[in-house]
Amino acid sequence: MQYRKDIGRVSTITNETKKSLSPIKAIIFDMDGLIVDTEIIESKSLEILLKQYGKKPIYHNNGLIHEVGHAGPEKFQAFKKKYAIKDTLEVFRNKKRKIFMELLQKKITVFPGFFSLVASLKKRKYKIGLASSRNSEHINFTIESIKAKDYFDVLVGPNENIKHKPHPDLFIEAAKQLNVDPKNCFALEDSEAGVTAAHAAGMKIIAIPNQYTKTHDFSKADKIIDSLEKVEEVLASFEKKDEINAQRIEVYATVFDTRADIRKKKFQMENKKVTGIEIADVYTIDKAFNKNELEKLGLALSNPVTQTITTKPQNKFAYAIEIGFLPGVTDNVANTTRETAEDLLKITFTNGENVYTSQTTFIAGSISKKEAIALAESLYNPLIQRMQIKNYEEYSKDGGMDITVPKVHLNHKPEISKVNLNVPDEELIKIGKEGIANSDGTRRGPLALDLLYMKTIQAYFKKLKRNPTDIELESLAQTWSEHCKHTIFADPIDEIKDGLYKTFIKGATQKIRKNKGTKDFCVSVFTDNSGAITFDDNYIITHKVETHNSPSALDPFGGAITGIVGVNRDTIGFGLGAKPVANFYGFCLADPRIDIPLYKGKNKTQKMLSSKRIMNGVIDGVNAGGNQSGIPTPQGFIYFDERFRGKPLVFAGTVGVMPKRINNKPAHIKKAEPDDLIVMIGGRVGKDGIHGATFSSQALDSGSPVTAVQIGDPITQKKLSDAIVKEARDLLLYNSITDNGAGGLSCSVAEMAKESGGCEVNLETVPLKYPGLEPWEIWISESQERMTLAVPAKNYKKFADLMQRRGVESTVIGRFTKNGKCVVKYDNKTIMDLDLEFLHNGLPQRPLKTTYKPTKNAEPKLVAKTNYAKDVISLLESLNITSFSFITQQYDHVVQAGLVLSPLQGRGRINAETSVFRPVLSSQKGVIMSQGLYPKYSDIDTYHMAAASLDTAIRNAVAAGANPDYIAILDNFCWTDSTNPARLGQLKRAAEACYDYAVAYGTPFISGKDSMFNDFKGFDQNGKPIHISIPPTLLVSAIGVINDITKSVSLDAKISGDLVYILGDTFDELGGSEYFSLLGDKTGNAVPKVDAEKNKKLYNAVYKAIEQELIASSISITRGGIATALAKKAIGGMLGLKISLKNIPGKTSSDTATLFSESQGRILVTIAPENKNAFEKIMKGNNVAEIGKVTNEPKIIVTNSKGNQIINIKLEEAAEAYRETFRDY
Amino acid sequence: MNKPKVIVLSGYGLNCEEETKLAFELNGAVGDIVHINDLIAGKYTLSDYQIMAIGGGFAYGDDTGAGNAYANKMRNHLWTDIETFVKSGKLVIGICNGFQILMNLGLLPALNMKYGKREMGLMPNAIPRYTVRFADLRNDNTTKSPWLKDIDTLSVMMSNGEGRLVADEKVMKEVNKKGVVAFRYYQGPTSDYLNLPYNPNGSIEDIAGLTDETGHVLGMMPHPERAMFFTQTADWGLVKEQLKRAGKPLPQFADGLKIFANAVEYFK
Repeated sequence: MQYRKDIGRVSTITNETKKSLSPIKAIIFDMDGLIVDTEIIESKSLEILLKQYGKKPIYHNNGLIHEVGHAGPEKFQAFKKKYAIKDTLEVFRNKKRKIFMELLQKKITVFPGFFSLVASLKKRKYKIGLASSRNSEHINFTIESIKAKDYFDVLVGPNENIKHKPHPDLFIEAAKQLNVDPKNCFALEDSEAGVTAAHAAGMKIIAIPNQYTKTHDFSKADKIIDSLEKVEEVLASFEKKDEINAQRIEVYATVFDTRADIRKKKFQMENKKVTGIEIADVYTIDKAFNKNELEKLGLALSNPVTQTITTKPQNKFAYAIEIGFLPGVTDNVANTTRETAEDLLKITFTNGENVYTSQTTFIAGSISKKEAIALAESLYNPLIQRMQIKNYEEYSKDGGMDITVPKVHLNHKPEISKVNLNVPDEELIKIGKEGIANSDGTRRGPLALDLLYMKTIQAYFKKLKRNPTDIELESLAQTWSEHCKHTIFADPIDEIKDGLYKTFIKGATQKIRKNKGTKDFCVSVFTDNSGAITFDDNYIITHKVETHNSPSALDPFGGAITGIVGVNRDTIGFGLGAKPVANFYGFCLADPRIDIPLYKGKNKTQKMLSSKRIMNGVIDGVNAGGNQSGIPTPQGFIYFDERFRGKPLVFAGTVGVMPKRINNKPAHIKKAEPDDLIVMIGGRVGKDGIHGATFSSQALDSGSPVTAVQIGDPITQKKLSDAIVKEARDLLLYNSITDNGAGGLSCSVAEMAKESGGCEVNLETVPLKYPGLEPWEIWISESQERMTLAVPAKNYKKFADLMQRRGVESTVIGRFTKNGKCVVKYDNKTIMDLDLEFLHNGLPQRPLKTTYKPTKNAEPKLVAKTNYAKDVISLLESLNITSFSFITQQYDHVVQAGLVLSPLQGRGRINAETSVFRPVLSSQKGVIMSQGLYPKYSDIDTYHMAAASLDTAIRNAVAAGANPDYIAILDNFCWTDSTNPARLGQLKRAAEACYDYAVAYGTPFISGKDSMFNDFKGFDQNGKPIHISIPPTLLVSAIGVINDITKSVSLDAKISGDLVYILGDTFDELGGSEYFSLLGDKTGNAVPKVDAEKNKKLYNAVYKAIEQELIASSISITRGGIATALAKKAIGGMLGLKISLKNIPGKTSSDTATLFSESQGRILVTIAPENKNAFEKIMKGNNVAEIGKVTNEPKIIVTNSKGNQIINIKLEEAAEAYRETFRDY
Repeated sequence: MNKPKVIVLSGYGLNCEEETKLAFELNGAVGDIVHINDLIAGKYTLSDYQIMAIGGGFAYGDDTGAGNAYANKMRNHLWTDIETFVKSGKLVIGICNGFQILMNLGLLPALNMKYGKREMGLMPNAIPRYTVRFADLRNDNTTKSPWLKDIDTLSVMMSNGEGRLVADEKVMKEVNKKGVVAFRYYQGPTSDYLNLPYNPNGSIEDIAGLTDETGHVLGMMPHPERAMFFTQTADWGLVKEQLKRAGKPLPQFADGLKIFANAVEYFK
């Protein structure tokens, strides 16, 4: 049996005015197609039955044999006749019932939201009935098999006197038995016949069409929604009409509005009938304002030169769509509006009074309601937003859109429950997988604790002679989650007792630091929120790269913005607080140009967002997060593979800078002391992001909780960040600081408690976004923009005063202790009392086993060509090589005034794989950032995939001027299906390569993060189960320090007549290459292999040449091989190249391989002719060759070793191709 | 030597205060970064300074219109001080978000010296997306603004989402008549070099910045403080090669610094 794991009991209230209704007393459910998904079973049983009779079933367009919504003997009689069945109706029917019941027992699916809905209705004292056209035996059987009997006050089926739907009898009978007037009843229906019946009975109706009834006529329904999950919201809107005193301010543009224009163009791409768009910004003020106050505020919210405040759009329209946030979702504009109102009118919003924002889009054109809804759906995300639609007549009749107040109502007392662990293993497993059971039988959401962990916890509490409280169990689940403890990297694996991390990652760093001796530049590795290296005598720089994959799949904007502002906090939370000076991003996505629908739920329910929506969303998220925080984003990449369609990867990184010492105290060292106050600063706590840590430790499926997504508020964090790293830190007002990320307070406080030796928290003191949260929710909520600090009591007054003056909320929520305990209290009652030792180190090891089998792919046939121009053009247009300047240009990379080497280099604005910036403007030193990533190579061998990623990250940095002896690296493993020994085998090989190459290059890992379950488990467009695993991906990020920024080298060819050199060997290594992908997604086997010793020597020589300023331009050869590198160099400088492949070092068997092989360790440079001797002298002993010249003729010309011209492309054409793919994005 | 004092405002998401302060200090001024709440609370006094700068950023996340909420706060608490400051002949500069704030405060263009009246607006760019790129500016001002002394053209970075200036014909006529346009975008060396359209955001009559009629208040969308150093110019890699091969030294600074130098010079 499958059902949604509903989280908590948020009863959301959405108020609407202008409707009058009798009070709602009873809710009457239909059964089939509404509560349980039985249409397939019905059809399947008919299929079996007909086959028994030797008949061939005839299917309707929807793939079913029967007609949905129609039952009753007449219909069945007609059916019998259609198939010329000789048996009597009764025999025929009984046979069918038998088959049906059998099938039903095997697979019954309850629609999402049902259990939480009935539980809540019950709690709120509604009467609940069921009216179904099925016979009573069938109804009873079905309801009992889903264990829902107790929720219903009556179950009504047809009999001689009660006719089936569309007759109203069933509904009238149900109302009668419930002793409620039909007009006080709400009917829930999925079919036209049912709606007709309920309407005739005089009831109000909420229609919830399923996939088979989508095309039915629901015009008699009062509201049409797409899921049972939204029923309560609708009920509330009918119920609460009297309570409203909210008012709207609508702001319209009076001059050309670019936003409306762009939306018009976007809509017109989807629907040519759209002729015009107007947009209104709407502020709903849920507080009694007089007219004067409202006017004053309206004026402050608008600009009289460009906008007007009115109640009607300026232009005619056909439909109005209003989109706002769902209750509890962060509404940043509303927060600002509230502050503006308070400041302007000298008032305060109290007791639930608030402001909410929304936006109305008025669409002109002769479009149907269906088309209008389709357009609306392209605008909003139902996980976080609400939508209201009206046509012109409705809008005029109602006098505008309805007033909606999306207030969160949590009308129950917080309670602590004990979780009985003295239960059979099956129940332990269930608790671990689906969560703690609520009193109504629903579950709270994944703990992601397997049986071994559950048994360990069971044993611990047995020793304590008590059961855990819910908060204790939730807390353990957070701390022990894969997301937080990285158990797969920590546990023993095969013969490796210390696990992959200690052996290969940390082990490499230890060895390298030892090898470097006094030249070791590491300051802090692996122990803190970021890793840190020495910048100069006075400063250190930090770096950290995170992933935010699961949230980004569900809510791309929210996922990406919280990804970037979240990793900023890893900088602010490093040591005593570093200042973020550069952001980094990376998106792994599926081709946005094609849409292949995927569904999380059966029967095409819970549709995933399209790859284009995901791409636009994550791009916008990093835009908002990075730009608004005033942190430059000089470096990033996008990468495409079909296998990222189910789960995209979103990497977000931040480089920080901090002084080495503050008042002679090392700034990277922090320690909470016993008796220090535990202080939380920044945002407040809500239900957002509950179970984020445990949810991301599992595959994405239909049970993934919706509250796991959050929206960031960069300005709240900016205020916090400035107050900390620019002021409080330098006053040494606190002893320790860390961020609230995964696991919220439960992780941040418990982590810091390790420093002092214990903690005691008073949860009721934690400031909340809205009242009514359960203590366990407050403890683990991942609400954004919060840091936890250890502040000595004597400093608190000063600290609090500073925070208050900076508009940052700060609250004492407890104190650090040294008794070895993590104690949490609520209203003076101890609700959690765990030994820190057990909390942090109590989790048992789970030895892992791996398997490994070398892959053997089909080897693509190479066709020798006489002209490769077309191939080069195709590569320049291909997703993984083409320009993505539309992203670069919308991410501010120049703020803080430190940019040196731009992410768009040269006249031709080539997206570079390396950038350089100055973190400290008084120093000539610079920081260099680059990355390497080759998911495709994993299809051949993850060892070489990892080696290539490392080599590329390092080589990119070296090509731009980094000292190969002063580069640190970060690892981000994004793996898949990581309980599968074969996947673990791939992981082990990749980790081995990390060790081998990091040690060989002398580049220490300083920080890393892994994400092990990047899998999508759902259904394809035919409703078939599908499991999509991403290709195992390792992102290696490099960071280096260069002594003189003016020596850094960009990739663009500079001056005509300069000589072109290739450095490094080229081999027949097309395996996993972009060229093979171009040949129709081929992989091959000859993956590039890295010779670290040879490369290291070359990189040292390159560094020397750059130090002596002998290199005019330099590009590392990566995806697409020499051909792509040449094209980028030429387009970059808008200069021609004349190249011969005759002397290319290495060994290849064809021109194709020479041009497109992705052999590692190669750099393409240009030098001034007068530097030839000096350059060649430095390069001596390395495999390098002069291969041509930079020319003024605007062409890229390449001849092969026989002297035949094989490429002749006009520069302009190459540049066009390079910019074509994302031109209109 | 007389060192003019500069107050650089911060808080609520403004974010260029450090480099803006540096731009003044490189020219010999002394700067204080002051949080607006400290100014409101009287911990600092506006009249102690000769120059007020509001730099770029994202005050209040651009909610309710870029610069609007921060301007509301200033108007609610500091209006008298600001008006006095402006009318006493001191200098004010607003860059990017700072320009948006000055516009919302009605300090620009303040035609007929009507400080406080909003006459022009800054709207989302023609491509309604945050846009970061180089732009060429030409000085078109006739107010004898101290800020613009000896400046003909500038090549600087712009990065904004709402930088498209709009106004009605009547206002535009007046603006042109009074010569308060500080800068217009034009087809210059960097837009040529990078092959970019010269007007980056569709601003009316290519206007990139304004002064008031006295020339003492300057607001501009592009960032002169992001054109302080040689390595911040569009083509420094190429220019470096050319200079090196000609045996010439590399410059350290770039031409955006001149604006700040002018202001400091004015008080010396």
